[in-house]
Amino acid sequence: MIDRKIKSDFPTLDQKINGKQLVYLDNAATTQKPYTVIEAVDKYYKNTNSNIHRGVHTLSQKATEKYENTRLKIANFINSDSEKEIIFVRGATEAINLVANCYVRPLLNSNDEIIISQMEHHANIVPWQMVCEEKKAKLKILPMNQNGELLVDELENMINKNTKFISMNHVSNSLGTINPIKKIVQLAHKNKIKIMVDGAQAVQHIPVNMKEIGADFYCFSGHKLYAPTGIGVLYGKKELLDEMPPYQGGGDMIKSVTFEKTVYNEVPQKFEAGTPNISGVIALGTAIDYIINIGIENIAKHEDELLKYATKEISKIKGIKIIGNAQNKASVLSFTIEGIHPHDVGTIMDSEGVAIRAGKHCTDPVMDFYCIPATARASFAIYNTKNDVDKFVNSVKKTIEVFG
Amino acid sequence: MSNLDELYLEVIIDHNKNPRNKGELNDFTHEAKGDNPLCGDQISIKLIMKDDKITDVKFTGSGCAISTASASVLTETIKGKSRSEIEKLFGRFQNLVTGTGKEGNLGKLEIFEGVNKYPARVKCATLSWHALIAAIEGKKEASTE
Ligand SMILES: Cc1ncc(COP(=O)(O)O)c(C=O)c1O
Repeated sequence: MIDRKIKSDFPTLDQKINGKQLVYLDNAATTQKPYTVIEAVDKYYKNTNSNIHRGVHTLSQKATEKYENTRLKIANFINSDSEKEIIFVRGATEAINLVANCYVRPLLNSNDEIIISQMEHHANIVPWQMVCEEKKAKLKILPMNQNGELLVDELENMINKNTKFISMNHVSNSLGTINPIKKIVQLAHKNKIKIMVDGAQAVQHIPVNMKEIGADFYCFSGHKLYAPTGIGVLYGKKELLDEMPPYQGGGDMIKSVTFEKTVYNEVPQKFEAGTPNISGVIALGTAIDYIINIGIENIAKHEDELLKYATKEISKIKGIKIIGNAQNKASVLSFTIEGIHPHDVGTIMDSEGVAIRAGKHCTDPVMDFYCIPATARASFAIYNTKNDVDKFVNSVKKTIEVFG
Repeated sequence: MSNLDELYLEVIIDHNKNPRNKGELNDFTHEAKGDNPLCGDQISIKLIMKDDKITDVKFTGSGCAISTASASVLTETIKGKSRSEIEKLFGRFQNLVTGTGKEGNLGKLEIFEGVNKYPARVKCATLSWHALIAAIEGKKEASTE
């Protein structure tokens, strides 16, 4: 189902880096874009460019229609109840900041508590620290075990009458762990606590279904899903979005304005002040078409095979330690090589055309947990092949040779 | 030699494996830390200065091969030198690793010339130097910006 031909859909992949064919394995940072997505942006600016929701003229109507159709497409893609629950934002970071500011902040008092986990991306730590600091509330951390699995049973003990909100990642970007998010959501709801799920590393790898997961808020970034940068999605339950104050003020988010009183627009427009990233939204729709066409189940299966194969092959090499050994993993292979700093690993692998990420992956607390300065991380996407994995493994061997 | 071979010269690999003057220094007069949050490198420099001359220097911390080797070579290069000599030397070392102009007569420091093909690694090579300058200036922490 998924084969080498997929690569030819992605122009960026067709190049040599340092004289070697590029093997792109930094997909958790951002994915490459297929021709259809690049062309969608191009076509929009060539044929349809116009502001949305504002004009009676044909172009404006066309642009508005494409923009709003994408909202519906996304609602279907993640199986939410209505397209009114889909808000366009810049990315996962903005989505989390929006919820922290517009939902959590108004209900937070001193001594209240918010729970996140040990394996969050900084984007799902710092916004909560900021509101907690302002409101003198407490941020509590759900721990994990050495394999990089959350100790979900501990969550019940951590929840108390002061717990006001929970926010947790669906899939970890530095460990690859797929968290039992449905169970976590159920635990939150059993205790009448609302929960946000950071799906920045999930939607592109595994089927994600809002009705099944049941989270109150969910978010992801388009650029990790074969779409352009600067566009992302916040999903929120309609009844919660309705009661929240707007995020920013401006055009489009209002129904009427006088100097005495402004009436806000309905959800989702209430949260989309100003001219949005129209081409980004339309291209995100195209990226989702691309994924649906291949099938997210097929993608999950393909990437799982690659991850298992890479894990098996790299484990045979002496001195390799895999960071993150959860039972349930997606796409991400984080590792260290004894005696070689990840930064050097990254440079040497790059000289072989293999692009991986070396660093802390915006998860400093995860590095502290394992007492390591950083890891090298390979992360797989639809266009990667077994041959890519072989080149990856060879470049790891070459790295060890250089350091002899 | 390829760019990569010029970056990871055997002497650099050796300094990384067996860093010179790594460890604690008693009775130090100056101390500062250099942090590169991007890659997690942390180097601390401790030194003894007498009559404007460095009489002893040691470093601790961890980092990539380039930053470790650079700290190691630094400790071998600066003993007996004055503050102004060190500041001049650092300026020339920066030119070397960034590829700004031609720098010769830098002795052992010349092994880091290969860094100039890797702009992302310049900070690794200069981390310990920034810490050193901060220490001499009586600051606790170096900024690598
Ligand atoms: C788990 C996770 N959450 C949030 C983010 C932030 O995404 P963005 O930078 O696109 O807003 C990332 C991206 O690295 C991520 O991996």
